[in-house]
Amino acid sequence: METVLTAKKSSSFRQGAQAGVSIAIGYMPIALAFGFLAKTTGLSLWEAVLMSVIVFAGASQYIALNLLSLGTGAFEIVLTTFILNIRHFLMSASLNEKAELDALWKKALYAFGITDETFSVAATKEGTVNASYMFGLIALSYGSWVVNSGIGYLVGSKVPENLKESMSVALYAMFVGLLVPSLKKQRKVIWLAGLAAIFNSISLLVFHVPKGWAIVIATLLASVAVQYFSRESEENGDAQ
Amino acid sequence: MRSEIVWMIVAMGLVTYIPRMLPLAVFHRVKLPPFFQGVLKNVPYATLGALIVPGIFLIHEDRLFGVLGFVSAFIAAWLGANVIVVVLASVLVLSLYAMI
Repeated sequence: METVLTAKKSSSFRQGAQAGVSIAIGYMPIALAFGFLAKTTGLSLWEAVLMSVIVFAGASQYIALNLLSLGTGAFEIVLTTFILNIRHFLMSASLNEKAELDALWKKALYAFGITDETFSVAATKEGTVNASYMFGLIALSYGSWVVNSGIGYLVGSKVPENLKESMSVALYAMFVGLLVPSLKKQRKVIWLAGLAAIFNSISLLVFHVPKGWAIVIATLLASVAVQYFSRESEENGDAQ
Repeated sequence: MRSEIVWMIVAMGLVTYIPRMLPLAVFHRVKLPPFFQGVLKNVPYATLGALIVPGIFLIHEDRLFGVLGFVSAFIAAWLGANVIVVVLASVLVLSLYAMI
């Protein structure tokens, strides 16, 4: 029994780590660029790496560098980080719906590794997710983020521009790769992704809503609307 | 390391960790009403839509860059390619495009 349980755990970890490979690749150009930018902003190597170790959130780390270079105070930088990352609240709540009942401390531990990317991979996985899977997924993603931040600081200027440009598509391509299989299976997914894409574009480009909030607004509007109408059509007995 | 920078980083880490952790801890063993469960199950697909658009079309001043990346990823995924293959395919297509 004990060995069966251990085998199941290690295979979940491996499955998570395998799913983390595309995130690790996708984080490379962003983390390399972050490290290099941190250097030009005047941070020391250890400060730059420490930020990746403790914060582990790409967009807000970039904005922090930007604000630092403008001479913005620490309080405002922390507040901006909070506003930008509050979207993870929604992702964590959604992930909780498919999380297995692991010990609370394990969930609190893997919560640290919830990013747009790890969430997208875990949430579109078939079936439930457990702590071992999340640890595997996060180990690769976090490892790539931290290590490449350091490498970017040291050799960032030597990474060829062409490669950086073509690799910048990697995470978007991953999101597409995660979405399309569900898109083929369920018509509902087309509505969810399509509506959220439209709402997000309007919020960002027309109303200039900050990026973190635009995602929250677009996701909530689309998820609630689709849920409302799909329940309505079920009640009317419409065939899906 | 300068201590004010270190404190700022620690505070950034805290305000990032709290929203990531709270729902998992607070809703641990809590069963939400069906409507909310339904909404939360929709969230991943809506999030993906918002994460892809408009971002992918804005990665480069040359708009065709994003369009090509999107189309090649979409085709690879539609044909049933593994996510890693989808990522590598679109990076490869854009590397080739950048060389021309």
